[in-house]
Amino acid sequence: MCEYGLMIFSVHVEVRLRPGIADPQGSTIERAMPTLGFSGVSGVRVGKSIRFEIDAADEAAARSEAEDLCNRFLTNPVIEDAIVELEPVGVAS
Amino acid sequence: MSLRVGVVVFPGSNCEQDMLEAMRLVGGEPELLWHGDATVNGVDAVIVPGGFAHGDYLRPGAIARFSPVMSAVAEFAAAGGPVVGICNGFQVLTEAGLLPGALQKNAGLKFVCAPAQLRVETTNSVLTRSADKGAVLSIPINHFEGNYTCDAETLAQLRDEDRVVLRYVVNPNGSVDDIAGVCNEGRNVVGLMPHPERSTSELLGSTDGLPLLRSLLSV
Repeated sequence: MCEYGLMIFSVHVEVRLRPGIADPQGSTIERAMPTLGFSGVSGVRVGKSIRFEIDAADEAAARSEAEDLCNRFLTNPVIEDAIVELEPVGVAS
Repeated sequence: MSLRVGVVVFPGSNCEQDMLEAMRLVGGEPELLWHGDATVNGVDAVIVPGGFAHGDYLRPGAIARFSPVMSAVAEFAAAGGPVVGICNGFQVLTEAGLLPGALQKNAGLKFVCAPAQLRVETTNSVLTRSADKGAVLSIPINHFEGNYTCDAETLAQLRDEDRVVLRYVVNPNGSVDDIAGVCNEGRNVVGLMPHPERSTSELLGSTDGLPLLRSLLSV
């Protein structure tokens, strides 16, 4: 380990359909709920959860890279957006 | 002299052989273009066929857009070359940013495999220039994610610029404004969910795909 070593960040990306974009999966799940006896559930939206690790100098750099990855690959910005959560989990060797 | 048509093959494409047959039928000289080669090999037109490129992992077309051939397809399109994406190919072209909008899961979560009635809305595109405006074509659709969606601004632009190429007579999947196919600003890139290569013989139930395929070959 050296003074300028990289840190490892654990990243969780939640990919969601943008507000206002119809969600056929969410609607179908919602419609199935009353048949199981869950009558008070509404607003069901289905997304994706993606986890990975990033080596970066600091949290800002890790976040910047994760958001770039979301914009260019993990989401389709026409219909989706993403929430990025990250935390340091160690020092890169 | 017949035109050379490149049909792109990704791992998971499954309509490329049908497209080769269909293109031979209308007098083209088709060849396959492997996704891993960063070239369109000097062809006169490119077709991105249907299937499940790269398994549709993440989203249909999301990984295919990074295949080496796609940078060559983008260059070819930017130079005015005719490019048509069918079904999964349409999804690939939207993910690659060559066409606006996106293809969402069908309304009602239904996989639809059935003949669709399509109205030709403009003959000002590489796929419809030999078709008749207003003609209704019977061409099958076969998809789970063909529900075309875009923001209101994009939709207004598509309408104003006469870029909705085909509309469903009866909307089968929830597509905004009944859209079955659109083109880019240059009108040389077209994407559509229906499969014209499956409507090339009375034995298949319809020959209505032929005017579209011939359009691609008419320069």
